[in-house]
Amino acid sequence: MNSLILLMLLPMLGALLIGVLPKANETLTKQIALATTVIVAIVTIAIAVGFQRDNVDLQYVQSYSWIPSFGINFAVGIDGLALVLILMSTVLAPIVVLGGWNESHGGRWSVKTFYVLILVLETMMIGVFAATDVFLFYVIFEAMLIPVYFLIGGYGTGQRSAAAVKFLIYSLFGGLLMLASIIGLYVMSGAQGGHTFDLAALSHLQMSSTTQNLLFLGFFIAFAIKAPLWPLHTWLPDAADSATPGTSILLLGVLDKVGTFGMIRYCLTLFPEASKTFTPMILVLALISIVYGAFLAIGQRDLKRLIAFTSISHFGFITMGIFVMTSQGQSGATLYMFNHGFSTAALFLVGGWMISRRGSSTIADFGGLQRVTPIMAWSFFLAGMSSLALPGMSSFVSEFLVLVGTFTRYPVHAVIATFGIVLAALYILIPVQKALHGPTTEGNENLSDLNLREKIAIAPVIAIIIALGFYPSPLLKVINPASAHVIAQMGFTDPAPTNGDK
Amino acid sequence: MTTSTSLVYLIALPLFGATVLLLAGRRADKWGHILGTAMSASAFAVGVYQLTQMLGRTNESRPVTQKLFEWISVGSFNVDAGLMLDQLSICFVLLITGVGTLIHIYSISYMSHDHDRRRFFAYLNLFIAAMLLLVLGNSYLNLYVGWEGVGLASYLLIGFWNQKPAYATASKKAFVMNRIGDMGLSFAIMIAFATLGTVSFDGVKAASEHASTAALTAIGIMLLVAATGKSAQFPLQAWLGDAMAGPTPVSALIHAATMVTAGVYLITRSNFIFDAAPTAQLLVVIVGAITLLFGALIGTAKDDIKKALAASTMSQIGYMILGAGLGPVGYAFAIMHLLTHGFFKAGMFLGAGSVMHGMNDEVNMRKYGALRKYMPITFATFGLGYLAILGVPPFAGFYSKDKIIETAFNAGGNKGIILGIVTLLGAGITAFYMTRVMILTFTGKSRWDDEVHPHESPLLMWLPMAILAVGSVTSGFLLSNGDALVNWLAPLFAEHGEHAERLQPMVVSLLALAVVAVGIAIAFFKYSRQEVLAIAPENVSVFTKIARQDLMQDKFNEAVFMRPGQLLTSALVKTDEAVIDGAVRGVGQMALGSGSVLRGIQTGFVRSYAALILVGAALLIAAIWMVTQ
Repeated sequence: MNSLILLMLLPMLGALLIGVLPKANETLTKQIALATTVIVAIVTIAIAVGFQRDNVDLQYVQSYSWIPSFGINFAVGIDGLALVLILMSTVLAPIVVLGGWNESHGGRWSVKTFYVLILVLETMMIGVFAATDVFLFYVIFEAMLIPVYFLIGGYGTGQRSAAAVKFLIYSLFGGLLMLASIIGLYVMSGAQGGHTFDLAALSHLQMSSTTQNLLFLGFFIAFAIKAPLWPLHTWLPDAADSATPGTSILLLGVLDKVGTFGMIRYCLTLFPEASKTFTPMILVLALISIVYGAFLAIGQRDLKRLIAFTSISHFGFITMGIFVMTSQGQSGATLYMFNHGFSTAALFLVGGWMISRRGSSTIADFGGLQRVTPIMAWSFFLAGMSSLALPGMSSFVSEFLVLVGTFTRYPVHAVIATFGIVLAALYILIPVQKALHGPTTEGNENLSDLNLREKIAIAPVIAIIIALGFYPSPLLKVINPASAHVIAQMGFTDPAPTNGDK
Repeated sequence: MTTSTSLVYLIALPLFGATVLLLAGRRADKWGHILGTAMSASAFAVGVYQLTQMLGRTNESRPVTQKLFEWISVGSFNVDAGLMLDQLSICFVLLITGVGTLIHIYSISYMSHDHDRRRFFAYLNLFIAAMLLLVLGNSYLNLYVGWEGVGLASYLLIGFWNQKPAYATASKKAFVMNRIGDMGLSFAIMIAFATLGTVSFDGVKAASEHASTAALTAIGIMLLVAATGKSAQFPLQAWLGDAMAGPTPVSALIHAATMVTAGVYLITRSNFIFDAAPTAQLLVVIVGAITLLFGALIGTAKDDIKKALAASTMSQIGYMILGAGLGPVGYAFAIMHLLTHGFFKAGMFLGAGSVMHGMNDEVNMRKYGALRKYMPITFATFGLGYLAILGVPPFAGFYSKDKIIETAFNAGGNKGIILGIVTLLGAGITAFYMTRVMILTFTGKSRWDDEVHPHESPLLMWLPMAILAVGSVTSGFLLSNGDALVNWLAPLFAEHGEHAERLQPMVVSLLALAVVAVGIAIAFFKYSRQEVLAIAPENVSVFTKIARQDLMQDKFNEAVFMRPGQLLTSALVKTDEAVIDGAVRGVGQMALGSGSVLRGIQTGFVRSYAALILVGAALLIAAIWMVTQ
């Protein structure tokens, strides 16, 4: 069997197994979920080992005819970009399960349902990155909303129903626009050699520039909502505020990447000319996201909302890297997607533990944790250092690549974006000071430090962040050929040094 | 170039110490300080070994390199994790590990009553490792890792007692202001890559020979911005005074002898850029000149012994920056002053720590007095540092500071006259405030409370002070005898013709001594002849008031950056909720008719979902169809 298909089936098998279990045995349910996600992660690593790094063609390709009358195939295949995102998703999954061991309790539905949703979502996360048929991609893109909707609305806190609906409506709106564009593509493919949803075939369509611009916008707005890009971001803080920490990690760490992934895979591939047309506008939106997200993060009183706004700033960096059309920007953006997954996971994991212990997510309710719960405080601090892209952390490599790749073509943009690193210092150090430093305030004296399970969950995240900060080569070697391929297809070459040999 | 396989140990040893001490936690409490000190001392031993190897080679083959692995490689942006040790970096390696080890030893005793002494040694080791990476990295990007690494260590150490809110704020302030400077370093690296296509020192040096002045000026100015942040130079100087919240050994090591001199290293290391960018070089000189006076003036009004010394550090680094801006002739003198300052200022800070140790952690000099009798060793070692910073012959500062004053005068024209006068004036003010420190602390009548019982510090503390005092006495002579340091560093810097000596060295020395004598005399009459009040007088001149408030640096930053920033932040938060999210909600309500539809979706969402998709899709397909026809 094709490895990708196997990879997608494994979580479904786990979900089935949990489905037939008696409801009462919650621990066994969790253990099966954990075992399944660990196996999926191991299989993904095996796939990554077998991946030919220098080959820019899709690998592990497989296609089954699905709805022949419309030319729809269940077609999958991965390049370097898809591989690193699948790797990130499947490595994060067991960490989410282990780190959020108890977050399924007290939900609207059973523990069993929670893990079925998580595992179904994992299958979709793999599929959305692996799909090479545009219709398949669309179906998964929309279907992913359903488990997330239930995870937020059923297991979240606070205004969880309202947040879930807001998330859903936003996403649906974007999905509709994308669907229209997909149908437009399909209609045109019929006029140019046969109806198809095959991504590679569709990328050769001839289109007038107006058509291309309109279809581009259909995709781009859907992805800009997902990513999310300013001013389409307001669903994210609400969703992150209400979701359980584990759901937030999957939402911000993985699902939002579908937006930036889609910009590369669909916007750039299908509509190269329209992409160039809209680049100036998109870069401005990305810049606004970087600075605006950072300012909003500084101004938050709630820890979960703060983390959500840092992500809006980070997604600005990723979007900027994608559209500056330099190899450093493109590779940096892809690496950024991977690194942001772990950075955000660390913040939400530790933030979630702090919140569940304290019973509040208001930053001002914490105080002096460093002397009460040193390991938890250190974990939060390191996660924060990763978020502000301290050199030695993986996020520094990707952020600097995006900045340097931007500077060679758009120096003014790069200069403005760089101010984000000062703002980042503020949005991390302010909560660090309020929550961890100072005298231990009332209500924090008796908090317990991380237990063994939590230590096991956070340790690999921090280890990956630091290891890739010093040695990102293994990932860059996978990412670089894919990025170079995109840049070349778009007809760009890196700007030469302006003061080169004279 | 010669390759070496042992450079990495310089960094790996202290990094290993830091990692073990942090991961082992309380289990390492019993032996943590021993391991930390041993790692620092081992790095010093590797440094000495490297020096002996280097001495055995000829000038051209002295630099050694070590490539560790490929770090970042995308397109033409290729940066190796690589180290380089040359005549300049070995000076820093020995200063960092040498003074660093002494301060580790001192801290064993100084921090012995602290519950978290192990953690303190972990941070010290982390600092040593990061600082060594800063001076050993073979590219600007490698340097950047060390540059922010020392910033992290500095943050952790300033906030070592961050259970006190003021100390936590001080550490945050230092980190943020340093990041503003770091932004300059980021820009410099980006400009270097965009214009020269490389970020390694060798590559940039080679490319700078045919680069435009505009590009080099831009890089130079951005490197200067970086230097002002890390070295607490105007206008990014305001964090250093607050950084004294850290334990005193930290002030000695990081905020006097080593980290804050990184800006001088950066400019000297980038000599090939500044030599070809006169505008950037002039700005370096101006920053140095302003800061040396700025720091000195603050120093005159401080009653907190550590803050007085911090202001002095700022001022002395101003001298170094000024010297480095007078390259190529000034580079070696800047480094010489950096090394002698490393001895005498670290010695004086440890002396201040020793005084605090004997005075129940009191830092207000108005509560000192007469300590000479109770702490003779501290008095002697501090006094030797005092003579060195004043530039009294034959102490260290005499050789290094006079050379900078001399170079300033020899810059020629109005520039030379202005810089010469500024550096002389600075020397006079230095003499005033340092004499004031000496008088208030060690002489006169005692002004402390009854429960204080001043006593001399134990061996582990006074021994490092004594060793540094020996350096304060001899290092200037040793480094300048036969132009030892100048000749040692010469291969790294551009050749410079003999400058016309506008003033004879002897004349400069006499002028300097005269100005210093005036400074001492004023301090003597003001503080030794009159009774010193234990409580700072309030009816002082407006100038004193301004100087006490650090020349209004914080007021300025708060008014111009902090409050507008806070206003902007809260305005944006409100806008986001009211306007942007409001608009989205409004559009949603309009599109869906009314709020009741929203509730409908909440209850029977699956049906509505399907219906929405169908209706929306149908509309949009129609639109697309019309366009494509």
